[in-house]
Amino acid sequence: MEAPAVEGAEAAPQAPSLKMRASGVSVWYGAKKAVDNVSIDITTENVTAFIGPSGCGKSTFLRALNRMNDTIPSARTEGLIELEGEDIYGSAMDVVQLRARVGMVFQKPNPFPKSIFENVAYGPRIHGLAKDKTELEEMVERSLKRAGLWDEVKDRLTESGTALSGGQQQRLCIARAIAVDPEVILMDEPASALDPIATARIEELIHDLRGRYAIVIVTHNMQQAARVSQRTAFFHLGELIEYGETSQIFTNPRVPRTKDYITGRYG
Amino acid sequence: MDGLTVDPTPTDWGSNDMRKRIARRYRSEKRFRAVGFAAIATSVGFLAFLLITMMSNGLAGFVETRIEVPIDFPKSSLFLDPASLKGDGARAALAAADIEGSVAEAAEARFGPGGANLVSEAAWLRVRDLIAENPALLEGKSIFSLPVSGDFDLAAKGDAPPPVEARYARLKSEGAISRGFNFGFMSGSDATDPAAVGIWGAFKGSLLTMIVTIVLAFPIGVFSALYLEEYAPRNRWTDLIEVSINNLAAVPSIIFGLLGLAVFLNFMHLPRSAPLVGGLTLALMTMPVIVIAGRNAIKSVPPSVRDAALGVGASPVQVVFHHVLPLALPGILTGTIIGMARALGETAPLLMIGMRAFIATPPGGISEPATVLPVQIFLWSDEVSHGFIEKTSAAIIVLLLFLLAMNGLAIYLRNKFERTW
Repeated sequence: MEAPAVEGAEAAPQAPSLKMRASGVSVWYGAKKAVDNVSIDITTENVTAFIGPSGCGKSTFLRALNRMNDTIPSARTEGLIELEGEDIYGSAMDVVQLRARVGMVFQKPNPFPKSIFENVAYGPRIHGLAKDKTELEEMVERSLKRAGLWDEVKDRLTESGTALSGGQQQRLCIARAIAVDPEVILMDEPASALDPIATARIEELIHDLRGRYAIVIVTHNMQQAARVSQRTAFFHLGELIEYGETSQIFTNPRVPRTKDYITGRYG
Repeated sequence: MDGLTVDPTPTDWGSNDMRKRIARRYRSEKRFRAVGFAAIATSVGFLAFLLITMMSNGLAGFVETRIEVPIDFPKSSLFLDPASLKGDGARAALAAADIEGSVAEAAEARFGPGGANLVSEAAWLRVRDLIAENPALLEGKSIFSLPVSGDFDLAAKGDAPPPVEARYARLKSEGAISRGFNFGFMSGSDATDPAAVGIWGAFKGSLLTMIVTIVLAFPIGVFSALYLEEYAPRNRWTDLIEVSINNLAAVPSIIFGLLGLAVFLNFMHLPRSAPLVGGLTLALMTMPVIVIAGRNAIKSVPPSVRDAALGVGASPVQVVFHHVLPLALPGILTGTIIGMARALGETAPLLMIGMRAFIATPPGGISEPATVLPVQIFLWSDEVSHGFIEKTSAAIIVLLLFLLAMNGLAIYLRNKFERTW
């Protein structure tokens, strides 16, 4: 198989600003080590893609970045993860605030079974981001516009979010995540449950959001990683095998295992 | 290749064996439907039988027979000054006057010897209330339409000895007898004369008891379920608690009654026969049902909703109260309906805490002596007097209507909170 076409990689970073840094991170599920000693830098200018075969630990590592693994009783994380220089597992870090600053979009679209408006307004409301109703309405409109959903839903904001199509639901989830104005958005295979047209819209959206938010996307679709990301990390069996410029990973991988995966030798 | 050989003959979908298999499949399909239909028909039949028997027996209990008794107060031995019925002394004046005596006297005068026995023993209460409303009655002769006694009422139903029947027929031809809706049954309490009994006392007792039960059992049950599902660590202690709660839901109700007797009455010295104690006892019984239903409902809330809420930075408490609980509420309410319906129909534990006493006035509050509908039904079904048969059925109809109303409310609430995703 040919290496996938690479585009969007032309934007070579000049002095990228460091948003998150992970060093020596390992995650255990009980006695099983799911992520082994991973170190990675995440910047706002670049979309970072995590690729790798199923069960390679990429999603687990992603969930460690906003401490979503805390909800799994047997999960244990070691190593240092910093957001703007603050240790996110440190005692000074409030996990609820962390998750507002590091938002997340999940594999399966999971809007709340509430109205479209309530879905987006929920985050600003619980964090007290809006002074009054007018400001809240502005925030909802801004978030939906930024997620490219406003024109489709502006006349039916009171309808249930679950009544939307799959692609619209996922964009609603993205709008919900950006409504609290996060610094980082983690996306866990955001397009894997969507049809190609909806996928294309999500990818466009990621492109538009880049630079405003640091975006980390887990995907098992290598073409997608090549299309949307500037930096790519290849995970295998819990280890970070290779991390670098997307164009370099896809055209000229340094590690043989990366090359084998990208050329379809295993997966 | 290794072990894999291609079957040379293709499957014959029209062979005899195939045809037989298909016929067999259709037969079993038909059989299954017939069995299901028979099961439904049987249960509907039993239900119809129950309802028809109750209705045919009980509807008569809502009807009373009245007899017209002329009372001439100025000529009677009643000493009651109309002037004393104004202001604060009215109640005392009415209580002191022998209205009962003058009613009996008037009945004897009108119907001859034994005439007083035709009128219900509670009839004078109606006369008293009428006088209290309109003291001018005392100044002249007026005709009162009063409920007949239980024995005489049987004659109206053709169920009395021939002499009584004859008397009834004679009075009826004179136009002294009328029949109508028994308002006294809807507003009165227990009495010794079946014609004078009312269901309101027991109804109010049930209502108060249910209020105490739900006020205690619902929040405690829901919070226990939430804690066990959302916060409790998974260890031996929570396992033990889970097993205990499951067993508690299966404990026979009379044992809860004994517990109530020992703890609430003997140890805490709460008032005997009171809806408070009944409600506490029934709450103990209902709570495990709500906990079990609640835990199942909470478990079935999709984890993706929790993830979504945590993902935008909701705290665990916010996740529970904004998302999990609203989605689990329909399931919790279903469990509550089942638990409350069981509590409403419960008799045994309430007998243990003294709610089987003869209570002739409706309870004024949760700490006053009361009885409840099922206990009242039990008490009336135990009476010797023939007139209680229809009153028992009438009480059952009231109980069933109460149950229907309660379930209807719960189903309405459940549908209101039901959400689809």
